[in-house]
Amino acid sequence: MNSDGHPIWALAWTFGLMSLFAVGGANSAIPEMHRVAVDVHHWLSDTQFADVFAISQLSPGPNVLIVTLIGYAVAGVAGALVATLSMCVPTAILAYVVSRMLTRSSHSRWPAIIQAALVPLSIGLMGASGLVLALTSDRTLMAALVTAGAAVMAFATRINPLWLLVAGGLLGFAGLIG
Amino acid sequence: MPSDSPPAALAAPENLSSTPPGLIVLFVAFARMSLAGFGGVLVFARRAIVDQHRWMSADEFNETFALCHFLPGPNIVNLSVVFGSRFRGVAGAIAAFAGLVGPPVVIVTILAVLYARFGEVDALRRVLAGVSCAAVGLLFAVVFRMVMPLIRRRDLVGLVVLAAVFIAIGVVRLPLAAVLLVAIPLSVAITLAMRRRVAA
Repeated sequence: MNSDGHPIWALAWTFGLMSLFAVGGANSAIPEMHRVAVDVHHWLSDTQFADVFAISQLSPGPNVLIVTLIGYAVAGVAGALVATLSMCVPTAILAYVVSRMLTRSSHSRWPAIIQAALVPLSIGLMGASGLVLALTSDRTLMAALVTAGAAVMAFATRINPLWLLVAGGLLGFAGLIG
Repeated sequence: MPSDSPPAALAAPENLSSTPPGLIVLFVAFARMSLAGFGGVLVFARRAIVDQHRWMSADEFNETFALCHFLPGPNIVNLSVVFGSRFRGVAGAIAAFAGLVGPPVVIVTILAVLYARFGEVDALRRVLAGVSCAAVGLLFAVVFRMVMPLIRRRDLVGLVVLAAVFIAIGVVRLPLAAVLLVAIPLSVAITLAMRRRVAA
């Protein structure tokens, strides 16, 4: 769309718009990030996208910082900053305004209705994120088994997720996944 | 703690901190919870805000988070803004947001530089491939956890909406904005209709 001209404008436009449509949080927007960054603009290869997701999960801070990594790949430090702010600021302003409105008229039943309506949407989006990422990451049977194992462990136990990431990394390092 | 206890005025105030946090305190508190938060900051935010600093009761925190979850965008970013503005207005919102996002952005940018430089190194490639497989598994676990309540209360309509969005975005790969511009009004209308039927 606005991809002519400097790619930094494409970053700002892409993530600024995505910010307002990421129902359920940053992980819900991963299919859209993949569609735009890999399929539409060719900013990243499929493998790089999987790497960037892995790095964002390994690093501290909110999950949304995957856009910092995408931004850096497109336009260096400036791209990282523009992508991060574009993804955060529009929704931050919206949150500020809405929270002000709600404290004034807190007896509206609309927030509860909208919230209930959004729950299945955000789960569907996160499921789609899982699918898109599985298709980019799980290229071998062993890789798919690691994903399934991590899913079962995280679902059934209270193990710190960081250990599962470390275990995945070790298996990868040992050459069991590639 | 019973969530339906009406006299919140009796229960809350003596437990809660009486002095609202200043700008620097907000910045530092959000920076600390953010840097502690591997794989999600929410748990650490709840611990710091409710248990450690006693800036909010557990119910207030849940209400604030529910609001931030139904708004689009990164939930925890919304939470920092709503929380900061409640105590110190716009300046508080900016301080909390800067604390939450600033320090980890520096770390992630350094990682991005390292990745751009060493991303082709074979050992790193293998490690990242393994990490991303596990990380996808973690995401599926979160999805399962969220789906369970819908299955338990046999929310067939919710599950159909969920499946439709999953297919439109994950399989057909339609643009997010287009899908949601259809799905949100539809889902709100369905929710309204179901509630009317239950009430009638």
